[in-house]
Amino acid sequence: MTRKKQNTMQENIKRKRVERIIHGIFLMLGLITVGCVLLITIYLVVSGIPAMRTIGLKEFLLGRKWASTAAEPKYGILPFILTSIYGTSGAILLGVPVGFFAAVYIAKIAKGKIKWLLQSAVGMLAGVPSVVYGLVGMMVLVPWIRKLFKVPDGSGLLASIIVLAVMILPSIIKVSVTALEAVPPEYEEASLALGATPIETYFRVSVPSARSGIAAAVVLGVGRAIGEAMAVMMVAGNAPNMPSLFESVRFLTTAVASEMSYSSGLQRQALFSIALVLYFFIMLINAALNFFLKRGNVKKL
Amino acid sequence: MKTIMWISAFITCGLIIGIIVYVFAKGIPFISWDLLSTSPTYIPPHIGILPDIMNTIYIVIASLVVMVPLGAGAAIYLEEYATNQKVVAVIEYAAETLSGIPSIIYGLVGMLFFCEFAGLRTSILAGALTLVIMNLPSIMRTTQESLKTVPQSYREGAFALGAGKWRVIRTVVLPGCVDGIITGCVLATGRILGESAALLFTAGFAHTLNSFFEGLMSPGATLTVALYVYAKEQGEFGAAFAIAAILMILTLGINSLAMWLERHFRKMREQGYPQEKTKE
Repeated sequence: MTRKKQNTMQENIKRKRVERIIHGIFLMLGLITVGCVLLITIYLVVSGIPAMRTIGLKEFLLGRKWASTAAEPKYGILPFILTSIYGTSGAILLGVPVGFFAAVYIAKIAKGKIKWLLQSAVGMLAGVPSVVYGLVGMMVLVPWIRKLFKVPDGSGLLASIIVLAVMILPSIIKVSVTALEAVPPEYEEASLALGATPIETYFRVSVPSARSGIAAAVVLGVGRAIGEAMAVMMVAGNAPNMPSLFESVRFLTTAVASEMSYSSGLQRQALFSIALVLYFFIMLINAALNFFLKRGNVKKL
Repeated sequence: MKTIMWISAFITCGLIIGIIVYVFAKGIPFISWDLLSTSPTYIPPHIGILPDIMNTIYIVIASLVVMVPLGAGAAIYLEEYATNQKVVAVIEYAAETLSGIPSIIYGLVGMLFFCEFAGLRTSILAGALTLVIMNLPSIMRTTQESLKTVPQSYREGAFALGAGKWRVIRTVVLPGCVDGIITGCVLATGRILGESAALLFTAGFAHTLNSFFEGLMSPGATLTVALYVYAKEQGEFGAAFAIAAILMILTLGINSLAMWLERHFRKMREQGYPQEKTKE
């Protein structure tokens, strides 16, 4: 009898130990995302700081000339920072109105087959690989710009802005639609009952109560635009000029991508510093995104 | 107002239709059996994309194999084990952060960590591991969503029968979240197919045909990277459009599959939880 009891007790202890080990394994798996974020942050900081030190932070961030392969190399990334900011703002200016109105249409007016069709169109736009956007931009948009504005080369800031605007459209629409659909129907019904027309209701009642979600959609678009590399690389021309609509420009992302394969020494370190600057921007945008998501109580996609 | 909305919706629709029609019109004439089934050679100049297709398949398989246990495990931890709300918040914040980081940064860190620090050099495996980190949040989220739908009473029932936590997870919870894992895998496959910036420096540009295990350790271009190289660096627009058309077919197919799966699983759940799953 006692022996049997002892056996079960031992078994219990063994079982508990197994459970604890498994718990530990799952805890490690759970913490893996945290580990990845730390890994990325540490690697970027550690490899990005040295070049900033050698070049000088002010020289690096505010220098207007980038000539990494010249005999007397210059590492100023102000052109890249400004190009990224201008390019992203341009894409937002173009993409947000279209995305916003399309989202209101999808969420509130479209019904049945048309709604399904529009939503699948948005889903498909989101699924197109960025190199395909780049290729179409390169073959269609760039020649158009060249002909339309009579400039020697169509690739540049304007082409990048248009490509980026198209690329951020699906994320803006998706998140805005979710936010608009989450507006309690009572609000709209009350407005309609007071005699407002449907359109007035959508823009005076639904949109304001979904504003945090829509703001999150815009911020998400900003993040997508500033981080896009391949499509932009194919249409921006990639010369390190100060940004101008028809001139060949280089973004933060493309600055990293275009020189990485043949860089070495300080030039390579400087590229890591550019990535660190980009990472800093992304972190700011993420914080803003989280703020709006929490306030709007909408989930990302 | 209504007209503006209508125009915006029309632009959205028109864009995707325009892109699809243009890419197919330009690309499909160049797709031939010869292109799909041969390797490229310089002498005589010839383009074949078989190695790129194989590399893409390798990278998808390798990423999924690593990603599924990690992502599903993390989701199970969050839903089944975690009791400390702070830990949950930190993990979820980290996942949010990961999904906001641009792929070029993944490529850079992947190059530093997997290729140089871990000694994998430029290889498909290094590319696949980079993609794993990138896609972890999405598979975590889909698994979590489906774990939430496993009824609490099932777990309680199993506990009441004397099963330990691990046994409950293995026999009751895991079979219940298979749908989420599958959806996550399909979505991740779509994203891997379209990814290029993260692979440029981790998986490289090579066009050599390798077997699976050989391929993992050697550099290789996926279809997207091949498209980029052909279009931007070699000016081979025929091949580039052919690859673009193939990519469009694949991603459209996979995205519709994901949408269909999601709808299918939701319907299944609405009809009630399937009885067979509790028998185990």
